[in-house]
Amino acid sequence: MGDFFTGDTDAWTLLTIVAMAGVTVLSRSLFFISEKAWVLPHWAQRGLQYAPIAALAAVIVPEIVMAQGALIHTVQDARLYAAMAGVGYFFWRKGAGQVVLGTIVIGMAVYLPLHIGLGW
Amino acid sequence: MILGRDSRRHPEFRQGAIDMLGISPGIAAWGLMTGVAMVKSGMSTAESLLMAGIVFAGSSQLAAIPLILAGAPIWVILATALCVNLRFVVFSVHMRPYVMHLTLWERLVAGYLTGDLTYVLFVKRFARPATDAAGRTAQMAYLVGNGGFNWFSWTVFSVLGVVLANAIPTQWGLGFAGILALLGMLCSLASTRLRWISAAVAGTAAVAAFALPLKLNILTAIAASVVVCLLLEKTALHAPVAPQGGSH
Repeated sequence: MGDFFTGDTDAWTLLTIVAMAGVTVLSRSLFFISEKAWVLPHWAQRGLQYAPIAALAAVIVPEIVMAQGALIHTVQDARLYAAMAGVGYFFWRKGAGQVVLGTIVIGMAVYLPLHIGLGW
Repeated sequence: MILGRDSRRHPEFRQGAIDMLGISPGIAAWGLMTGVAMVKSGMSTAESLLMAGIVFAGSSQLAAIPLILAGAPIWVILATALCVNLRFVVFSVHMRPYVMHLTLWERLVAGYLTGDLTYVLFVKRFARPATDAAGRTAQMAYLVGNGGFNWFSWTVFSVLGVVLANAIPTQWGLGFAGILALLGMLCSLASTRLRWISAAVAGTAAVAAFALPLKLNILTAIAASVVVCLLLEKTALHAPVAPQGGSH
């Protein structure tokens, strides 16, 4: 086992990591904690229905069109073609069945050759 | 208890897991590369294993790793993790009416299991909180089945990434499969014109506000998109569009 465990382990860091798991719970449950009755205003309830897709787009888009904190200025980027192929597949299959799996597979089938083969 | 046998035997538990199944290869690849990144960036094996095993929040892990290695004070690391996780606070506002019948302990477990994709899939399947006991049990069974499966895929592959760190080439960019998984989910949500607009506004805002520290561009983008869509809702824009509108 001596060979498996590498690096210096610091007790304080382990404590920090446990506390980070606590932050995961706290952030995802923050509005579950108080039992005081309150109802969200109607406009906010309506607004929240746009939150799921907005959150996904906010996470995804920078990961596809940015590099080192700036918008990419090239079309030789494997991510662009992978995303287009994935989205194309999704709508070709009209979103039926396990189509997200296909989106991942087709996307990676485009991404890996361009990225590894051509260095895009 | 939401983790109990009644919940695990409920058909919705299975349904929740099935809905996550097709997405899990993306999550697995992303978890794997996060595990590799922890070791390659210089964290010890024990530290990496602990983080892979319990934290279950990829973006906050990636933000915290350099701070940990730089010896930053614990409160800086935790505040950073919290800011990167702020979108989950928004999700918890949305999820609150679905879970308040549970005990506090169960609510914390439910929250822990509600990652991005579980939130998205859950509110897609259940547009409204259940009003009777049977409905609430079904919804929680779905949540635990879905979130539990996601936790399992993420955690197992993160641990695997830590163990195999030196055998897996990072330059291949396998983690991109995680982005493709989220992209597929995004497509499956884009069922109305306003939702398309929501995605476009959020994506643009996230790029424009990218320079903000602590991934606050994500929260800014969600806020901007919700406001724009609420304003546009008053017009006649929200007609369903093909292809999802017709397919189910």
